[in-house]
Amino acid sequence: MTDKLVMDGAAFEAALLRVAEEIASQTSRASGFAGRLALVGIRTRGVPLSQRLATLIEASTGERPALGVLDITLYRDDLTAVAEQPIVGRTDLPFPVDDTWIVLVDDVLYTGRTVRAAITALIDFGRPRKIELLAMVDRGCRELPIHADYAGATLETTKTQTVHVHVAEQDGRDEVVLIG
Amino acid sequence: MTLRGKDLLGIENLNAEEIELFLTTAASFKEVGARTIKKVPTLRGRTIINLFYEPSTRTRVSFEIAAKRLSADAINVSVAGSSVSKGETLVDTVRNLQAMAPDVIVMRHHASGAPHIVAKEVEAAVVNAGDGMHEHPTQALLDAFTILEAKQKLSELKVVIVGDLLHSRVFRSNLQLLTKMGSRVVVSGPPTLIPPHIQELGAEVAPTLEQALVDADVVMMLRVQTERMAGAFFPSVREYFRLYALTLARLERAKPDVILMHPGPLNRGLEIDSAVADGPYSVILEQVTNGVAVRMAVLYLLAGGHGEST
Repeated sequence: MTDKLVMDGAAFEAALLRVAEEIASQTSRASGFAGRLALVGIRTRGVPLSQRLATLIEASTGERPALGVLDITLYRDDLTAVAEQPIVGRTDLPFPVDDTWIVLVDDVLYTGRTVRAAITALIDFGRPRKIELLAMVDRGCRELPIHADYAGATLETTKTQTVHVHVAEQDGRDEVVLIG
Repeated sequence: MTLRGKDLLGIENLNAEEIELFLTTAASFKEVGARTIKKVPTLRGRTIINLFYEPSTRTRVSFEIAAKRLSADAINVSVAGSSVSKGETLVDTVRNLQAMAPDVIVMRHHASGAPHIVAKEVEAAVVNAGDGMHEHPTQALLDAFTILEAKQKLSELKVVIVGDLLHSRVFRSNLQLLTKMGSRVVVSGPPTLIPPHIQELGAEVAPTLEQALVDADVVMMLRVQTERMAGAFFPSVREYFRLYALTLARLERAKPDVILMHPGPLNRGLEIDSAVADGPYSVILEQVTNGVAVRMAVLYLLAGGHGEST
């Protein structure tokens, strides 16, 4: 087993800034879009990432996007297969979902099953104008036709490898590590 | 954190960590009940049988709504109109139900211990929705959830439980839960309705209701269960009301932020005065709302995966 540091704190910060700028320019260029932008963090590490992105987008555009938290446990497609029931976290979307431009924020995009569950969950709350996906790391190995609209980094990996995204708020420092 | 058993038969078998797991899971499920679309796909394709040998409105509807909000199929069996009225035994009935492969059997029975017998006979998870005068664990969990919402803790509280303690499974489950979580339980009621040796389970018996209520954080009134009373346990309704009913004047002895609970159904004018039941301290209807979230958590945690451990 080898651990490879893919991104250190500085690279992590730069990648976040880049994707924040991409979102800001996408929403400002979208013709006729005068509505709301909302960042929805997927528990657990998508949540601090979405909060930091909101601050960066606000600095760039002057407008702070709405923030939400999504727990996808109740929408998982593998509940019959797991031996123990996963802990259910709270979902909190304190804004109307209807007609909102939503960017889902997750740490790692892998099989795409989490994102599928997140989209199903969001649609139970209303009809967003658009749903996009931001992943801090897109590591490939998809099992569903899902792609990231914004990616902090893209890695070529195999299924035997593991990608860890650490964020300062939960893990003490920002970094991306590839194991295996 | 995970549950140790396949069933929820009583609070007696749970430890503090398991109780906390039920309560934190319920907190997440409460949000689902506040959505416009109050349904999640979590238990799609699971079958839940509600087997009720005793009348119930609140508990049965609460379990049925909980199952439906999780997308499980809920089937209600009431004893009138079932094979039970033709003389089938409890064990035969549940063996037949098991043959149809349900995932959970929720049962209420007039005999203490009936769900424990059933749990040994079936593969399905068994949830005790009240057995005789023994336990009613989901009621105790929803009461704890309601207390936690109001007080932000379950320890170091003074909880006063008043009334027909003898016949109350709600009392027995609550007493065990609250003492396990580190709160004080003080009881009051007619001496004929206080179970002997209740101190050994951790309850303190107060000489009068007035003394019991001093500095209470939570007051829980119990229903006088006349249907379980063959003899005369108290001389008259008037006397019971005069000595043991909760009135606004009596409630003034409690802490200013006291909450008033009752498991329902209410006997207005017997154990509780309407001015109290409908007053500002009452969380009686919050208990009912929280009951759905707590039962969703119970069904979710028990109807979970049957896959291999990974």
